[in-house]
Amino acid sequence: MDPQPEPVSYICGDCGAENTLKQGDVIQCRECGYRILYKKRTRRIVQYEAR
Amino acid sequence: MPRISALDMPDVPMGQLPEHLELQRTRVLCGADAPTHTEGIQYSGAYASMGVDNGLRIENFCRDFKIDVIRLTEDEMEFDMVGIDAALANAFRRIIISELPTMAIEKVLMVNNTSVIQDEVLSHRLGLIPIEVDPRLFEYISENDSPNEKNTIVFKLHVSCKRTGPRFTVKSDQLKWLPKGSELEMETGVKSSNKKKYTYFSCSQDTLPELSSKPIRVKHDDIIIAKLGPGQEIELEAHAVKGVGKTHAKWSPVATAWYRMLPEVVLLEEVEDEMAVELVNKCPVKVFDIEDVGKGQKKAVVARPRACTLCRECIRGEGWENRVALRRVKNHFIFTIESVGQLPPETLFTEAIKILEDKCDRVISELS
Repeated sequence: MDPQPEPVSYICGDCGAENTLKQGDVIQCRECGYRILYKKRTRRIVQYEAR
Repeated sequence: MPRISALDMPDVPMGQLPEHLELQRTRVLCGADAPTHTEGIQYSGAYASMGVDNGLRIENFCRDFKIDVIRLTEDEMEFDMVGIDAALANAFRRIIISELPTMAIEKVLMVNNTSVIQDEVLSHRLGLIPIEVDPRLFEYISENDSPNEKNTIVFKLHVSCKRTGPRFTVKSDQLKWLPKGSELEMETGVKSSNKKKYTYFSCSQDTLPELSSKPIRVKHDDIIIAKLGPGQEIELEAHAVKGVGKTHAKWSPVATAWYRMLPEVVLLEEVEDEMAVELVNKCPVKVFDIEDVGKGQKKAVVARPRACTLCRECIRGEGWENRVALRRVKNHFIFTIESVGQLPPETLFTEAIKILEDKCDRVISELS
């Protein structure tokens, strides 16, 4: 198990604001209270062929 | 009674073809229904019985071959190529379209793309953007080559749209050339000090003498790549490599290259007065003009035969085929090259000649 769970940021499905959640946090937007949050796209590089 | 050969025709001058055969040999005749005598007569002994040599001699070719440049702009050229066979003219056209190398984006490393356009579609669009750089300065990259300054050009695209504000249009001028190579690091999973890179440049490309005076950029600054809504972002790196048009059309150096045979329009009889007016009105590209012959009389003349598109409107209708002859000159090609912009059109043609020369050399060495 990870010794320190890193906070992950999510995007609110309603207002689009960024939310940082830790383990055990309530899943709710801090700006508008909307309860659907989306995970961000990976920053990992994806390689495509330009064809 | 003395025997006379059937081929001994006193009205036919020996050593020279009769008029109708000469016409069939050098012209395509265009009838109202279909063109006739379209094939070239290749066989050297085709007219041997008439004492005419149909062989092609290199001295004759050198004497008769001619190129006239009609129009030359930055990326377009029209020229006449006279005294060459259709097979060779077509070889040049095909080489220009599919075998002249250029540089085009081939690999796209997507770091972030939150726009509505999908990664694959965005990559495909990037691939089609013409890059203004001489491909002769670069080498082909093969599968097991590592990308270096001699075979790869790296561009960066990092754009984002403000959260508050209007939508943003990403245009091709946002692509920034990275002469030092890729700035991204490969994720290996191992946290070591020397991380793997995507390119291995031994020096910066802008220190190369050919590139320092003329930095690499996209040919057109106003190509729309994507549109971003508020808060959206695109971050990527694009790697351009050398390739040829037969692999993918993005490497083709021309929008198109084509030729047509020189049209020849001949009036077989005098076309006068109302007939002349009718003929002038028949032609949609205004090949004919009216000439005053005095005393209120008019006659039609062929003024601009080059404009003829072979629509055959002028030979439509009763009797017109006997008045107007539409022909094409078989060995006279009006060649047009529309360059995309990597190389000027005149250079494209000379490069095509070099490629054909190389191919001929290869055949000769294989045969010997």
